[in-house]
Amino acid sequence: MSDPEHALHLFHQMLRIRRLEEKSAELYSAMKIRGFLHLYIGEEAVAVGVAQALAPEDAVVATYREHAHALVRGLPAKSIMAEMFGKQDGCCRGRGGSMHFFDIETRLYGGNAIVGGGLPVAAGLGLADKLQNNTRLTCCCFGEGAIAEGEFHETMNLAVLWQLPVLFLCENNLYAMGTALERSESQTDLTQKAASYGMRAAAVDGMEVLAVEAAASEAAHFIREKRAPCFLECRTYRFRPHSMFDPELYRSKEEVETWKQRDPILTFKTQLFDKGMLDEARLDHLEQQVAAEIAEAVTFAEASPLEPVDDLTRFVYSERSPE
Amino acid sequence: MSAPTQQQSSYREAVRAGLHEALQQDERVFLMGEDVGAYGGCFACSKGLLEEFGPERVRDTPLSESTFTGMGIGAALGGMRPIVEIMTVNFSLLALDQIVNNAATYLHMSGGLFNVPLVIRMATGGGKQLAAQHSHSLEGWYAHIPGLKVLAPATLEDARGMLLTALEDPDPVLIFEAAVLYPMEGELSPVISSVSIDRANVIRTGRDLSIISYGASLHKGLGAAEQLSEEGINAEVIDLRSLRPLDDATIIGSVKKTRRAIIVDEGWRSGSLAAEISARIMEQAFYELDAPVERICSVEVPMPYAAHLEQAALPQVTSIVEAARRMVVRNG
Repeated sequence: MSDPEHALHLFHQMLRIRRLEEKSAELYSAMKIRGFLHLYIGEEAVAVGVAQALAPEDAVVATYREHAHALVRGLPAKSIMAEMFGKQDGCCRGRGGSMHFFDIETRLYGGNAIVGGGLPVAAGLGLADKLQNNTRLTCCCFGEGAIAEGEFHETMNLAVLWQLPVLFLCENNLYAMGTALERSESQTDLTQKAASYGMRAAAVDGMEVLAVEAAASEAAHFIREKRAPCFLECRTYRFRPHSMFDPELYRSKEEVETWKQRDPILTFKTQLFDKGMLDEARLDHLEQQVAAEIAEAVTFAEASPLEPVDDLTRFVYSERSPE
Repeated sequence: MSAPTQQQSSYREAVRAGLHEALQQDERVFLMGEDVGAYGGCFACSKGLLEEFGPERVRDTPLSESTFTGMGIGAALGGMRPIVEIMTVNFSLLALDQIVNNAATYLHMSGGLFNVPLVIRMATGGGKQLAAQHSHSLEGWYAHIPGLKVLAPATLEDARGMLLTALEDPDPVLIFEAAVLYPMEGELSPVISSVSIDRANVIRTGRDLSIISYGASLHKGLGAAEQLSEEGINAEVIDLRSLRPLDDATIIGSVKKTRRAIIVDEGWRSGSLAAEISARIMEQAFYELDAPVERICSVEVPMPYAAHLEQAALPQVTSIVEAARRMVVRNG
């Protein structure tokens, strides 16, 4: 953590995610956001750390818990918020909602809500890059629950067999909805599964943003150098329920509290304070900056018009430009 | 100037010619699937292509239908024009998630940002004694899905040209090749080009009834029309060609003229494409009809192996002829 500016950037990014998610939960209760809402609170160090290893031209294939990835990759908060409001100015014109963000500029290919379904797509993006001799990579995010899907194993095999430039980023938050890892996997060391296909695999503490950044940068460097895939497991924890419909019967309050002691934002804040890189005034300034960004996003989403019902059947097939 | 000479070809060779042309025309095109390379394709449709175009563009995959189909989606998003071959429609069920949840939804779910220019080919249908896990006709299921286009070439010209048409399309297109048609011989134009898929074809004109079909069943419809003509019944035969979208105008136009319709569909009757077409005729031409719409579909049983049982399960010329007689006699 030699560069104070960069450290503060990491902190700022995690804070943006946290506050966006808190506001989303609030707006869900206020019935402004509907459908399923999966919050990233507790896992911020993963998205922020990994994003540091990615170049603007790289692609991201994410899951239904993707607000953070979209935000740190540069999708504006107002575009995210309007999408969750189901409004026309949302990144997908209100057709995707919380689970399905897409964006051309930041090359975000979902928002995929079939567990494991994004892995083959990411491998395909990698194949396209390989065939076109592009130097970019694709970062494929998935939870540890995806490892039980056949597509995980098929994709690991093909990615190594065909040497595809893909970072397989496993966000292991220990629970597939309510099913604990040890209740669903015979082998809970997930790196062994990827390694069994001949893939370079590593695990990192997903509650430490600097550790994630270092591990992801090393993995990305490997992928760019060798034009081969890499598996990185980030061991993390979600502090909130799986979605807004989860009474959390499957884990104890004590367990959640224990993990909260390792809150990636609080621990990093303490480190920054200890090193003299952050003080109360600076923190207050950052908080205000983030609060303004989120407030602006909410105002924007409120004001955005609804997509006309007359346009309901648009985008089922491509609209060909007039000849 | 004399017209170019027609070439003798098989349906299989027509498919191969389409693949060859596509690979030659466009560097972004590549073929991917089980045994498409070294084996030459399980129905020999890609024989020799690996040798000519190399392993980067003719890619043998492991038996991972879901993943190589999803990779086709990703590669299409990444700027390529993949052709994914799935051996049979029964195997495509392993890739149903990728086709229905991803390929068909991305454009809409992304609010128009990401189209998926992917072509998926597969063999369909019975008649080769391959029993209940290789013989079904499930293309009607895919025709249910908004976001997909579903083509069923029944002729050599379409077997070759529809592939090129599909590759020009910005959205996912599924092509169902009837396995029994691969050895079918016929004439093919020396000029290789894409074909319009906007309209169904009236293959044979008639005035007494319309036989509406596609794929392998089309040829049974044509056989029935031939027999019926000997009895003085003049049947019109329509090749649907595209199962999604359906060409309502051609179907309804024909039925309004002949006032009787038989739909021949190798899928099972319940919830079938034949049911959909029948409903559209009721909606759009009910008062023009002289007889209830008839449907000749497969018997509702998993396809049996034994030849006599399998043939009893499939639509046949005789059942089409009998239905036609019933309709014309009853109402004639």
